[in-house]
Amino acid sequence: MTKMNRITKLFAEATEPILNVYATAGYPNFGDTMTVLHALQEGGVDIIEIGMPYSDPVADGETIQQSNQVSLDQGMTVAHLFEQLKAMRQTITVPVLLMGYINPVLQYGVEAFCKKCAEVGIDGVILPDLPMAEYESEYQAIFEQYGLYNIFLITPQTTDARIAQVDAISNGFIYMVSSASTTGAKTGISDIQETYFKRINGMNLKNPRLIGFGISDRASFLKASESAAGAIIGSAFVKLLGQAQDLRGEIVSFVQSIKGKK
Amino acid sequence: MKQSFQVDERGYYGDFGGAFIPEMLYPNVEELRSRYLDIMAEPAFQKEFQFLLKDFVGRPTPLFKAERLSAKYQTNIYLKREDLCHTGAHKVNNTIGQILVAKRLGKNKIVAETGAGQHGVATATVCALMGMECIVYMGAIDIERQAPNVARMRMLGAQVVAAQSGSKTLKDATNEAMRHWINNPVDTHYIIGSVVGPHPYPDMVARFQSVISEEIRIQLQEKEGRDYPDYVIACVGGGSNAAGAFYHFLDEPRTQLIAAEAAGKGVNSGHSAATTFLGRPGVLHGSKSLLMQTEDGQVIEPYSISAGLDYPGIGPMHANLSSTGRARFFGITDAEALDAAVECSVLEGIIPALETAHALAVFEKLHAKPEEVIVVNLSGRGDKDLSTYQQHLKLND
Repeated sequence: MTKMNRITKLFAEATEPILNVYATAGYPNFGDTMTVLHALQEGGVDIIEIGMPYSDPVADGETIQQSNQVSLDQGMTVAHLFEQLKAMRQTITVPVLLMGYINPVLQYGVEAFCKKCAEVGIDGVILPDLPMAEYESEYQAIFEQYGLYNIFLITPQTTDARIAQVDAISNGFIYMVSSASTTGAKTGISDIQETYFKRINGMNLKNPRLIGFGISDRASFLKASESAAGAIIGSAFVKLLGQAQDLRGEIVSFVQSIKGKK
Repeated sequence: MKQSFQVDERGYYGDFGGAFIPEMLYPNVEELRSRYLDIMAEPAFQKEFQFLLKDFVGRPTPLFKAERLSAKYQTNIYLKREDLCHTGAHKVNNTIGQILVAKRLGKNKIVAETGAGQHGVATATVCALMGMECIVYMGAIDIERQAPNVARMRMLGAQVVAAQSGSKTLKDATNEAMRHWINNPVDTHYIIGSVVGPHPYPDMVARFQSVISEEIRIQLQEKEGRDYPDYVIACVGGGSNAAGAFYHFLDEPRTQLIAAEAAGKGVNSGHSAATTFLGRPGVLHGSKSLLMQTEDGQVIEPYSISAGLDYPGIGPMHANLSSTGRARFFGITDAEALDAAVECSVLEGIIPALETAHALAVFEKLHAKPEEVIVVNLSGRGDKDLSTYQQHLKLND
C-alpha cells in the first residue's frame, strides 16, 4: 500500500515539461484503445488521460463530444473499457488517468469503480462535474482507500480562497484550465492568461499544475510549460485520431513533435 | 417558513438535487446561490416583479369552475388558467423573475434553452421588454417541428441557435446553453426554464412559479370557503408548472398532489418519457434526480407526442415527491392526452396545450368523490399544438 503513486513519482523526478495527452476510449474504433496507449507511450508521452465517453459531456467542445458519441455508438461502456485495460500494466509504465462525467461512475458504483481502477493500474481520475464538497463528504475516503487520485480543475474565475481549498484536498497535480471555455474552443495562450498563470504561481501551492484547454502544438505546449509543470493536449489529439491513416505512426510522431524529439 | 418538502441548506430535496457542475460554472452558480434569496426579498424587486406579473403577464389568472367537466366526472373541477398568461403559458412567471435577478447581478446578456419553444418565447419576450441580448438554443429537430415559435422568438429579436449535438432536442439544447455559459461566464445569465439544473435553480424557479398556488389558495377561499383543494393535478416534464401549482400545498396533508407524466405509446413501450416509472437516480444538467438512462449511465432520449414533456429527467423536488410517496404519479399515453384535449375543448371551450392535456387525462383515473375539490393547472394553451391536433384528430377531413 505504501507504493508511491506513479503521478507523484513523475512530478518528483521530471526534468522537463510534462506532457499529458487525452484520448477518448474506443476511438476511432472500438478496439483501438490499447493501440493508442502504446503509441502514446512510444512517442514519449508522460501521462495518458483516457476519456470515458458520455452522452452529455457539457464541459467539452464539439471535437471531444463527437468522439464520445462515435465511441458510444460503437458500444463502449465503463465495463468494456476496464476489460480493454485489464492487462495494461504489463506494457504501459506511464501514469494513466480516467477522465469522464460522474453519472456513468455512479451507475457503475463508486466503490466498484475505484476498486477496478486499482486492479488495472489507473493512477487518478478527472470528473469535472463532481463538486469538491460532494467528493469530500461522500467519496474521498473510498478514493484514498484504493490509492486513487482525484484531480480537480481551477479556472481564471476560481477565487484564491477556493484554489487554496482545492490545493488542500488535491493529490498529484491541479488541472489549470487556461481560459473560461469548453475544450477545444480556443487556441493559444494570451497575455491575460499569463497574468492568471502568474497569480497562481505566486500562491505557493503544494501541488504542481498542468495547464489544459487551448494547447495544440509544440509552441503552445512550451508557452504553457513556462508557467506550470507541463500541459495537457485534448481536442487537437482527438482530431488527429479521427483523421489518422496510420494510427500508430501518426500518434508517435505527434507526441515526438510536441516533446521536441524529432 | 421551513417546509419539509422544500429544498434544504445543501440544495437537496431528500436524496435529490445538489450542484454537479464543472468548475467553469462554479463562480456563476455560487454567485446566484449566495444572492438569489436576498435579491428576491428586496422590496424594490418584489414591487417590480408584482407590477410586471399584473400589468405585463395579466395576473392573477382566473380559477375557473369547469361545470361540464365537473358534471361528467361528478365532482368539483377547477381550472387554473395559466393559459391566459401573456405568451400563452406559465413559463413567463419564471422568465420575468429571472431577468430581474439577472439585472441585479449586473448581467446584460441572456442565454436559454427551449424544447417546444414556449420557454424560448417567454425568455425572448422578457429580453425584449428589458432590452437585453438574448440567445436561445433549440434542438435542430425541434426547430423544424416548432417553426411558429422559432418565428416568434426571432420577431422578438432573439437569436435562435440550432443545437446539433446528440439527439438534437431539449436535452442537447440544455447542454449547448450550459456550454455557452461556460464560454461566456462574466456578462451572461442563464435562464433555465424548468425546476431542473444545479441548485439554486430548482428552488428559484419553483419560487417564481409559486405565484400559481398562492393565487389558488386565495381564489379557492372565495369560491369554496377553504384555502386548499383535495387534489392538485399538474403535468410534469421537468416540472415547473407542477412545482408552482404544488408549492403552497407541499406540506398541506389534506391536499393530494397528482403529477401526470408522458407515457408516450405506453410506459413500457420503449417510446415514453415517464421518468418516475422508468428512471433511476442519476446526474444530468447539474443535479441528482431520477433519470432515464442505460445500465452504463448514458442518458436515454425519451419520447412523447408533447415536445414540452419529452425530457429524460425530472426536477429534484419531484423526484423526492415521487420517492417519498408525497405525490402520486400517473403515466398518461399520447392517446389519452389527445382524448382529454378534445374533451376539454368541447365541454369547456378551452383548447389546452398537449402538455396540459396529460393532466386533464387524470380525471378518468382519479375517481374523486362528489364533495371533493380538484384544481388542475391549465398550464398552457393549445395554439402551438394545432398542427399535431390537425394530424392526429384528422381535423382537416
